[in-house]
Amino acid sequence: MVTGNVRIRNALSESKPGIGTKLGFSVLYAVLIVVAALQLFPLVWLLFFSLKNNQEVFNLPPLSLPMNPRWENYEKVWSAGNIDVYFFNSVWITVSATVITVMLGSLVTYAVTRMKWKGSSLVLGLFMVAMMIPVHSTLIPLFSLFNKVGLTDHPLSLILSYVAFNMPITIMILLGFYYALPREVEEAAIIDGCSVNRMFFRIVFPMTSSVLATTAIINMIYNWNEFIFVNTFISSDSYKTLTVGVQNFIGQYTTDWGAIGATLMISILPILITFLFLSNRIVEGIAAGSVKG
Amino acid sequence: MDKVLSNKKIIALYVLPSLLLILAIVYIPIVLTAYYGLNEWNGIGAMTFVGVDNYLALFKDTTFWNSAWHSLLLAVFSGISLLLYLIVAMVLAARIKGANLFRKIYLIPMLLSSVAIAQLWLKIYHPTNGVLNSMLESLGFANPPAWLAESSIVLFALFIPILWQYAGFYILIYYAALKNIPASLEEAAKIDGANALQIAWKIKLPLVMEVIKVTIVLAVVGSLKYFDLIFVMTDGGPNGASEVMASYMYHEAFRAYDFGYGSAIGFFLLVICLAVTWVIRKLTASKDTIQYS
Repeated sequence: MVTGNVRIRNALSESKPGIGTKLGFSVLYAVLIVVAALQLFPLVWLLFFSLKNNQEVFNLPPLSLPMNPRWENYEKVWSAGNIDVYFFNSVWITVSATVITVMLGSLVTYAVTRMKWKGSSLVLGLFMVAMMIPVHSTLIPLFSLFNKVGLTDHPLSLILSYVAFNMPITIMILLGFYYALPREVEEAAIIDGCSVNRMFFRIVFPMTSSVLATTAIINMIYNWNEFIFVNTFISSDSYKTLTVGVQNFIGQYTTDWGAIGATLMISILPILITFLFLSNRIVEGIAAGSVKG
Repeated sequence: MDKVLSNKKIIALYVLPSLLLILAIVYIPIVLTAYYGLNEWNGIGAMTFVGVDNYLALFKDTTFWNSAWHSLLLAVFSGISLLLYLIVAMVLAARIKGANLFRKIYLIPMLLSSVAIAQLWLKIYHPTNGVLNSMLESLGFANPPAWLAESSIVLFALFIPILWQYAGFYILIYYAALKNIPASLEEAAKIDGANALQIAWKIKLPLVMEVIKVTIVLAVVGSLKYFDLIFVMTDGGPNGASEVMASYMYHEAFRAYDFGYGSAIGFFLLVICLAVTWVIRKLTASKDTIQYS
């Protein structure tokens, strides 16, 4: 008994922050700060050189502050490099694909979690297995399929592909929420003679707004950053999105570092700004849909 | 109520659009990839059925096996780095103030487009003006290497930004899993006199084992099908020194116009990814999905 008490007392005294633990914590903090610095350093450097001209990039130390920030880099590439067109394409293609995915995904999730039909688990399985299929293995046939129906070099080829490939992860994130949603309201609505359509659109869909926001943001990030489909399916400048546009633009202006930096900053800023305001939702969505790699 | 919820028309209306889309965009192309692989085809003209010739040629193609070896190396590196991420996550979960901020900072690179990241790292690795070589020179290293132009180091130079991009993703997943462990377990172990290392090894590690298994599948399969940064930064070069399976497939199909052979590679990639997923899941079987709530 006595030794037991002593042990407990020792353990408790250890949990108070002594000099040893304080030192330990500083080491831990140092590790975390080093990792954070490694993650941020390339981006800070990018921001700096996007505001410099070549002379400043080449002759000054890499991390010197841009003393006369050259905002004209941004102005220059925005209009001269077609970046405005690419930006606009990215916006509308990202938004359309996201809206369609979230809408269709909600309908499927509702049918799978609430309605009673044979084959519902098979259908759900098909969506979930699709998550494991590498995009690249579908690239050649998709290219020739779109070619046959005249959709290469057409934004619809992108929207269809984005909706299909993001559908599984969207359904996966929605599923957890739908399973947890209480059914009493719906039961009462049915007894009152409410139709399924009305119930879904008026009652269930609005109740899922928070998870819808999460899935929409995750979809937007994936669509905004998508590269391989645009690069393969789209050939005219007027339909290219930012990822491929940036790639082409930089291919032509390899020597103007400030212009390249500004172009890259313009392509990542929407994501960074979204992250600044909605980081909790993004973190939650990424963790919930972590099967997609 | 069951009658309302098993209305076949409504179910078809809700499920069919998404189902048809995923069949057309994901599943039919998979079947077509296998079929195209049995043909000689330049992507435009007529197909000539050649049986398993492409697949036989694939097994004798040293360029392909080199690219497969590079993909495997990336898988090994990604797998090993998981251990580092787990350690960082354990530090982060150890009652650190600001843990939430840290994990968000770590996640930022994963949210940015691969093209932007690739272009940024091209600049970082730039032989004369890149930040890496500028720093090495100021530290007294004369003639630092041209990282992406030397076949002996290019692959490892590419692994760094790939790991950099995904580090935050895995740290986030591990952190969420570690935070799910009830604090009482750790308290009890402390009272029994366990030190921090023992708690990490004997208590926390077994409890997050399920999540570790999922991340191993993600990291290995993600590496085997990896494409983006390599395609933009080196395009497989110099001289195939950084070619991976997916980039080799792309080159064969869309540069050499050998769609049959490219499809054979694409199908092989699919089989490898599914087989590896299956094997790792079998070896570590118990649950299919894991909730990180």
